[in-house]
Amino acid sequence: MDPRPFDTAHIRSILATDCGSTTTKAILIERRGDAFRLIVRGEAPTTVEAPFEDVTRGVLNAVREVEELAGRRILDGDRIVSPQTADVGVDLYVSTSSAGGGLQMTVSGLVLQMTGESAQRAALGAGAIVMDVIALNDGRRPHEKIRRLRQLRPDMILLSGGTDGGDVRRVAEMAEILLAADPRARLGAGYQLPVIYAGNKDAAGVVRETLAEKTALSVVPNLRPAMERENLGPARDAIHELFMEHVMAHAPGYKKLMTWSPVPIMPTPGAVGIIIEAIARRDGRSVVGVDIGGATTDVFSVFGGVFNRTVSANLGMSYSVSNVMAEAGLANILRWVPFAVDEEDLRNRVKNKMIRPTTIPQTLEDLVIEQAIAREALRLAFEQHKALAVGLKGVQTERTISDIMSQSASGATLVDLLDLGLLVGSGGVLSHAPRRAQAALMMIDAFLPEGLTHLAVDSIFMAPQLGVLSTVHEAAATQVFEHDCLVRLGAVLAPIGAGRAGQSCVTVEVRGPGGSGAPVRIAYGELVLLPLPEEGVVRVVATPERGFDLGAGKGKPLEAEVTGGVVGLIVDARGRRPFALPDAPAARIAKLKQWHAALGLYARDI
Amino acid sequence: MAHAYTPGLRVTGHAVIRRERRLPLKGEVLARIGDAVDADTVVARTELPGNVQTINVASRLALDPARVPDSLVAPVGSAVAKGDAIAEGKSLFGLMKQRVEAPVAGTIESVSPVTGQVILREAPIPVEVHAYVRGTVAEVIEGEGVVVEAVGALIQGIFGVGGETFGPLRIAAAAPDEELAAARLSAEHRGAVVVGGSYVSYATLMRARELGVAAVVVGGFDDGGLKRLLGRDLGVAITGAEDLGLTLVLTEGFGRIRMADRTWRLLAAHEGRQASVSGATQIRAGVLRPEIVIPGVGERSGDATSVGRRETASDGGAGIEIGSLLRVIREPFFGRIGRVTALPAELQPLETEARVRVMEVEFADDGARAIVPRANVERIED
Repeated sequence: MDPRPFDTAHIRSILATDCGSTTTKAILIERRGDAFRLIVRGEAPTTVEAPFEDVTRGVLNAVREVEELAGRRILDGDRIVSPQTADVGVDLYVSTSSAGGGLQMTVSGLVLQMTGESAQRAALGAGAIVMDVIALNDGRRPHEKIRRLRQLRPDMILLSGGTDGGDVRRVAEMAEILLAADPRARLGAGYQLPVIYAGNKDAAGVVRETLAEKTALSVVPNLRPAMERENLGPARDAIHELFMEHVMAHAPGYKKLMTWSPVPIMPTPGAVGIIIEAIARRDGRSVVGVDIGGATTDVFSVFGGVFNRTVSANLGMSYSVSNVMAEAGLANILRWVPFAVDEEDLRNRVKNKMIRPTTIPQTLEDLVIEQAIAREALRLAFEQHKALAVGLKGVQTERTISDIMSQSASGATLVDLLDLGLLVGSGGVLSHAPRRAQAALMMIDAFLPEGLTHLAVDSIFMAPQLGVLSTVHEAAATQVFEHDCLVRLGAVLAPIGAGRAGQSCVTVEVRGPGGSGAPVRIAYGELVLLPLPEEGVVRVVATPERGFDLGAGKGKPLEAEVTGGVVGLIVDARGRRPFALPDAPAARIAKLKQWHAALGLYARDI
Repeated sequence: MAHAYTPGLRVTGHAVIRRERRLPLKGEVLARIGDAVDADTVVARTELPGNVQTINVASRLALDPARVPDSLVAPVGSAVAKGDAIAEGKSLFGLMKQRVEAPVAGTIESVSPVTGQVILREAPIPVEVHAYVRGTVAEVIEGEGVVVEAVGALIQGIFGVGGETFGPLRIAAAAPDEELAAARLSAEHRGAVVVGGSYVSYATLMRARELGVAAVVVGGFDDGGLKRLLGRDLGVAITGAEDLGLTLVLTEGFGRIRMADRTWRLLAAHEGRQASVSGATQIRAGVLRPEIVIPGVGERSGDATSVGRRETASDGGAGIEIGSLLRVIREPFFGRIGRVTALPAELQPLETEARVRVMEVEFADDGARAIVPRANVERIED
């Protein structure tokens, strides 16, 4: 391939695909004036499985749709023309993939809460699904660990354990367990299972002796070289490399696909993480992204510059909808529904959605129930994320009186809702909600942001393609992300504190084009929508009452720039820490109806 | 583009049904190509490696791990009984002998000079694979199993629980819209595959289990009942491994739903014949549906299709046109049957304000017409 694509100054056009487990999506990006813009998007069924067993067929079909929609040629037969000559071809082609179930890994460490957790973060951050975390102290006896390792058929194993200079013997014990299990790879019986060792450097020799013959072993620098330091980069890079070398190379058609792009094919969620990190870095603020699908929900966050990703493998809106009900409980789903529902009927409805996953709500009541389930799926996925996105455990910290008072300790979550600047939602139930305000309130109810937080949805989920693109052309990726991918909804302003219903809570003034300029006083327990321009920036001055905090301190005013959006500025004075719905059904239903009316959530009263 | 969803459940009077019967590990295949097999014929056998016990000899004998290999009295590879000495050491200037005994019977698999651990493997666990369906062995997978082929009727359900079983088919409801009543069940249903109509209650299902019924096949069941049956809320639809005392196959879904006429007629036509039933269901990635196989029925004809165990959701999903018979699979018309009377091309707004592709349906029972999203119907065959 021509090396010029990396010289980003010459790039005029980019083709990016994401080979998902069911659909392959292709986007065409072209330079228009100074900026890169999305031109068209095409899709076709993924062709990894029988009868095709060649991923490139689906890619070519998706690209043909792009050709038709864009009205110009990109392919020459079964070849992507690159670089672009005149009006034919593209200058750069990149791709991500989660076909065939994505990247499935087993990770292991010595102590579950320390190296086990670090290894899990490394694998998740690289875009893997973690099938199990095996640790010496995981409560299972050695033969149970061995049996489990044998049952799982991962794409690769990440073995960590010990800090550098620590005990070698226990790492050797873990390697021996792995050897006794003789685990097999998921794809293709004819090759050795890739194992990455990223533990105590002094034990590398012993691990090599134990495992080098029976596995495809790579040794990389320790992912937890010291108690107080994590070094996940080398392990993540090794995972990406082995994903290409072993997993992708054994998936049908990928060898060919890999030759089409000068940039390595990346696991889909790994690529999404990269674009979220890029946005957080560029704007200098904390970002949370959530992608709720039919089977899984991914949560990405960047707080204080630290990136974390979790995948809740069994929380989703179709295949996994029944598991949302099992995990959240019926009562938690029904608390968001402003009418009485027969429990047995709801149970049957949810199961029927699971077995026939492609149906859609036809009645408004059905839509409200679906959005109630989505709130709980998002809430649970975020709970799981907060539990893993934590500081390092086992670190000795000097604790002050105020630390003790606030119960902060090593291992506390990095997720600080008050610091959260942007919350981005994606996935059918959010991206395709009939009214954008519905998406905004689902995210607010599930995540309970505090202070001032901007809200957006990813309209057509291009984040994977833009993520891999950002590794070679960050400017193009972020321009398209901002202009064509994100739909800005506005922002939410939520004071922390509790009060009595009707008591004054906060006064808000929106200054600038589209804003009223007049101060609006909002009572505790209310949800109020203030108009914002759809584009541009306004200045918001919000003064909380004594006892309420918007981030500047109790009773202290907050003055900030707010970017406009299609919904507006939602002032959420329903209380935080705690946020609670009324217990009595009649009072709860009345409140929900009042809030829905305030945001104009639905076409009619329900 | 939104397609009318057809889960592609096969309901056919005659098909060539091939079922792969594979061991979890390599082993011995007991059948040969062309052998006639019954549902309970053992076609392959193997032994799973036994559980592993780790014994920390270094700490038990207070030895340096490097010296542990020399302390073994039973060498690596030797078999030991429970209580046999594995390793010995000396203490107190060689006057006192200390020994480490085998906690269980097994084979010494390895010893590590780094950790000082001995790995003892327990006796292997025998595993047998049955033919599951009466038929002939069409293929032998060397060292792993066989492919059994049968010609017969095949009915796929939409959801099931419980493992593989077989027995004679017994119809225990008068019509496809009738609920399976406990009063219809008796001792003669022991070991049978009992077919009900639209629904089975939890209480009736428990009565069937008491009577020793092998499997129950009905249109629908309540999720509340499923929770009681499994002892937990089913989260992810991966079933087939649970030990419930009977297998349950739902042909239509959750709630009370009339069994499709075609399914009902096919099952009724073969009353008394032996049927093999599996409740195993996996809805994600490589859809696996529960099934009822009735081998040895139906004539071999040109259109008998070869059917593998795993099918994709698109199989059998013929397109919908004006006049097609279909069932609505979501509220507010859930379970109702009708014919397509119009297929407008443009997107139309629903009450939810979503704009989607729809169709007009005339219901069979009262002749009323309604607009339904195309995503919310499934075609049923006349």
